[in-house]
Amino acid sequence: MTSPATNETAPNAFPRIKNVGLSGVLVSFSDILTEGANRAALAFRAELEKAAPPGIIETTTSLTSTFVAYDPVRLPLKDLRAHLSKLLTRENWETAALPERRRLWRVPAVFGGEFGPQLEEAANLAGLTSERAIEELTSTRVRVMTIGFAPGQPYLGSLPENWDIPRQSGLTKQVPNGAIAVAIRQLVLFTTETPTGWRQVGRTAFRGFRPESDNPFALRPGDEVQFAPIDEETYASFRAKDKTGDGGAEWELLP
Amino acid sequence: MSGALIVHRSGPSVTVQDLGRPGNMVFGLSPGGAADRHAFIEGAVLLGQGFECAALEMAGFGGDFEATSDIRIALTGAPMLVRLDGQPLVWNASHTMQAGQRLKIGATSSGVYGYLHVGGGFSTKPFLGSRATHLAGGIGKPLYPNEQLPLGPDLKPGFAGQLLSVSDRFSGGTLRVLPSVQTDRFSAATRARFEATQFTRTPRGNRQGAELQFEGDAFASDAQLTILSETMVAGDIQMTGAGEPFVLLPECQTTGGYPRIGTILPDDLPLVAQAVPGVSLKFRFVTHEEALAHHRPTETLRADLTRKLQPLLRDPHHIRDLLSYQLISGAITGWD
Repeated sequence: MTSPATNETAPNAFPRIKNVGLSGVLVSFSDILTEGANRAALAFRAELEKAAPPGIIETTTSLTSTFVAYDPVRLPLKDLRAHLSKLLTRENWETAALPERRRLWRVPAVFGGEFGPQLEEAANLAGLTSERAIEELTSTRVRVMTIGFAPGQPYLGSLPENWDIPRQSGLTKQVPNGAIAVAIRQLVLFTTETPTGWRQVGRTAFRGFRPESDNPFALRPGDEVQFAPIDEETYASFRAKDKTGDGGAEWELLP
Repeated sequence: MSGALIVHRSGPSVTVQDLGRPGNMVFGLSPGGAADRHAFIEGAVLLGQGFECAALEMAGFGGDFEATSDIRIALTGAPMLVRLDGQPLVWNASHTMQAGQRLKIGATSSGVYGYLHVGGGFSTKPFLGSRATHLAGGIGKPLYPNEQLPLGPDLKPGFAGQLLSVSDRFSGGTLRVLPSVQTDRFSAATRARFEATQFTRTPRGNRQGAELQFEGDAFASDAQLTILSETMVAGDIQMTGAGEPFVLLPECQTTGGYPRIGTILPDDLPLVAQAVPGVSLKFRFVTHEEALAHHRPTETLRADLTRKLQPLLRDPHHIRDLLSYQLISGAITGWD
């Protein structure tokens, strides 16, 4: 029997380092999403990137983990794990500073109506009127907690607790590029046409993925986003004159 | 500019590929690149050129091609019916193709992905340092009729007529698997049954991943619906909601919510990509040390293969021998 007892750390201890196949290692800070665990994943990755040992191919983050892809020939597993362990003990990553040069994006978006066909349903689940729901969704500054499932597609959070609403039991057959959808205290800003279990509450002319551009990814993990409510005419005018993919969005560096 | 390859006709899933674009997972883009990396490397070795030289990956069916200048080509991966101006060509070999000649590449006789490499590679516009089409990510498109693919400068014109004897990657086999993030969420008994089970590919699959089928109970974990979406990589074996295995390939999504029982050794992954429905696959857990001992980094693999190059003999008798393979398999292979 060659089946190894796998990834030897105690299952409930965090942070936790686990192998992912021959050439990946995952550092997890929690198995539930918390602000601190997401902060830890982002901050730990940023620190790792600052002085990456040779042999690291790339790093990324999920909601609560930092992932390292590495070359196991150039960088032996035990050396990588030792490096990660040492870095982990250096500070409490759950309260660490977020990566430098984060940006605050103000993103115009239409909520409700044809562009947000499930706003009322989602608002009901959150115990709000549609009007109040729009107020909450546009007054909350949300963090790009992770980017995934499709290129440049951000998962934004966290919304107030009343937005801890489930995904639909069925799938919406297709939401458009630019759709904004909600579930489990998060917003996702779709960068491609896709089926989804999340409820579509709005739409923006902002493009998270711009394959025609030399800078195809607009957002970086750790950036913050605040949506600004606009009407459908304003959306149409942004679409008509937009050459960059910003769709009327503006950003500033966060201090 | 060194001429072009004219695409008169092509199969539905012929794409430009290289070794992909690592470094963008953090933005939600998986590395992508050739589904059978070994075949891509074999082509670079046959033409004596670098991995920056992009090739065509042909899923199931090739196409009808013509070059605007004399070029070198190499054919690797899943063997396909191939004729140059009506004359059969040997697979796993490099050849000269003159301007105006017609290269017709038909269906695969075994395997899924065949490759057409050209001297100098295809110099299509790179994106984030790679020319690899990433269909799932919306980068590039499959070839279309009358498209002209620009060719890069060929640094070794005249170096052709090489043959490479390569291992068969089209008949499945036992693949080495290493632990992944959720491996310990599957009981020891489930993992043992996983190793004892014979799997086959279903017709459902593409460059993102391949579905497997088997007889027996689903491979359930104690995490089937509770885990947060987590980073995933090519080679991961995820158990979907029904406990059915799905092997992730180079164009996989960067995160996923299904538990993964393990990760296939990168060196063995081409066996999954190249498995047609019906081909049998088994899995065996190995330790990191055992996996590392079998792992051939890209440059090591290139060196190994370069030593195996041999001239493609022009002896008519020998050629007749090589061509006789088409009577058996419908294509001419170089594995024997």
